[in-house]
Amino acid sequence: MSNQTPTRESRVSRTAAMALMFLLAIYFLLPLYFLIVAATKPQGDLASTFGLTFSHFDLFKNLDTLFSRSDGIFGRWALNSVIYAVLGAAVGTLISALCGYALAKFKFRGREFLFSVILGGVLVPTTALALPLFLLFSATGIVNTYLAVFLPSIVSPFGVYLARIFTAAAVPEEILESARLDGAGEFRTFFSVALKLLTPSLVTIFLFQFVGIWNNFFLPMVMLQKESLFPITLGLYQWNGQTARAPLLQESVITGSLVSIVPVIILFILLQRFWRTGLASGSIK
Amino acid sequence: MTDIATRATRVVATTGGRSRHNGGGPRAGTIAAFLLPFFLPFVLFYLVPIAYAVWQSFLVVRRTGGQYGTSYTAFGGFEQYVQVFQNTEFWSSIGRIGLFGIVQVPVMLFVALIIALLLDTPLLKLKGFFRITAFMPYAVPGVIAAIMWSFLYSPQLSPLVDLLKAIGLQPDFLGPGAVLWSAANVSTWLWTGYNMLIMFSALQAIPQELYEAAKLDGASNWAIAWRIKVPIIAPSIILTTVFSIIGTLQLYAEPAVLRQISSNISSTFTPNMLAYAVASGNNYQQAAAISVVIAVITFVLSFGFMRLTSKRAGL
Repeated sequence: MSNQTPTRESRVSRTAAMALMFLLAIYFLLPLYFLIVAATKPQGDLASTFGLTFSHFDLFKNLDTLFSRSDGIFGRWALNSVIYAVLGAAVGTLISALCGYALAKFKFRGREFLFSVILGGVLVPTTALALPLFLLFSATGIVNTYLAVFLPSIVSPFGVYLARIFTAAAVPEEILESARLDGAGEFRTFFSVALKLLTPSLVTIFLFQFVGIWNNFFLPMVMLQKESLFPITLGLYQWNGQTARAPLLQESVITGSLVSIVPVIILFILLQRFWRTGLASGSIK
Repeated sequence: MTDIATRATRVVATTGGRSRHNGGGPRAGTIAAFLLPFFLPFVLFYLVPIAYAVWQSFLVVRRTGGQYGTSYTAFGGFEQYVQVFQNTEFWSSIGRIGLFGIVQVPVMLFVALIIALLLDTPLLKLKGFFRITAFMPYAVPGVIAAIMWSFLYSPQLSPLVDLLKAIGLQPDFLGPGAVLWSAANVSTWLWTGYNMLIMFSALQAIPQELYEAAKLDGASNWAIAWRIKVPIIAPSIILTTVFSIIGTLQLYAEPAVLRQISSNISSTFTPNMLAYAVASGNNYQQAAAISVVIAVITFVLSFGFMRLTSKRAGL
């Protein structure tokens, strides 16, 4: 009797759990599936055919239209997004690593104070910074340039926080000591010894910052008027706002959305393990 | 007693460390060289704008001699803040995201917790698939997620509307009562997996031995999940709640995109949209005051929530 109950319980719960997870998986995949289907349809079929089944396969024609529209502005936006996100996250990761490493390994007065200022920075809503930054930048004339979006993007207090935790966990004091005894300066020690030990953690920090910049919308919207400087998010937002007047844009908004998310989703799936280490240490706090 | 002992060892450790590499480790200049590459932009692009916004929020633009007189900026004390608090649009935007947050955040975190707990039990197969599927939306920018969902809400294009009509319903995802929840759904879709992964990572860090005794006593998976696992990962749940509160108060992209297809979203739908609309009207001082109020509310709510929960949970 007491032996039967757990098995029956677990068979019922097993089925219920699988059913629930399948429903949730459908929920998470549905918009993506719809987008894939819609990106293969000619504009005329969007409203006239059922949204979840394929009709004419026009994906390549749609891609051609997308990339040739307004002298290939979409390709430019894609390139801009890559520049902002890859370069910004690379610089951001390096400066976060330097700072987090110093906060973890050097003892100096005011260290804990600096660290709590950075932690406070994690809680600052970044959208609240965009408007005052715009005013400051317009006084210095860098509004409406690459720098207006790039410079604020390199600062990631969360990155410093992660770098400090990772350094404390992954860089043993003895290794630094022996490098110092060999006569290496602090920068030599950092770049030749510590960075190697920190590489997996740096990938995590890079990914968080990359996604933050890639997804950013408010900052570029406030800073940029010149279309040729837009990231993809802002460009597609602008096109989406014009579909009422130019209905043919709709297909390009759909195809453009698909083109812009597929590479990042693939990157995510390939680099999954780095997210888990980052999110695990983020929650230890 | 133990306190004194730990303090004593710490003193020994630091002084010991000092005497070993003569005179207290690296020189001040070296330390600064490590810190400055981050702190310089941090000060310029984080702290200075905050200070500037606060300063601006205390200014007012006045005019000499009527509407067409020349304008000048003067110190106005709390005048801008009085205006913010008297602005009915401000209060309705706060009311809207308050309602949004009270419903959306618990629903999203509950779903995230259920998924995380299920992924941590032996009940499921295809765990990797389910984990990736839930986390995948985090790769999608908020604007694009809102564009995708707006097609699924649109009466002309949406297959969902077609399906619901086929079973005799008349859904209006963009109607005056529904549009807030349509925006909430976009946020839920985007962030459930991210929050789930934070909780799941915490679950994975719990040593298995903690469950062994409970399992031997015949406790069900369900009981182990709620009585043992959830209390242990409480700090992660608190963290995700704080992140969600911050995110809710910043809400901009999702409603701004839905506004492109629905007349039921005003230009002042959320506090952030209001701040942007006010700034577009060149009233930067008022916009600064709104931003400061949003930031203060964010701080009070996140710290308040952390204090409240850590006291109750004794963490």
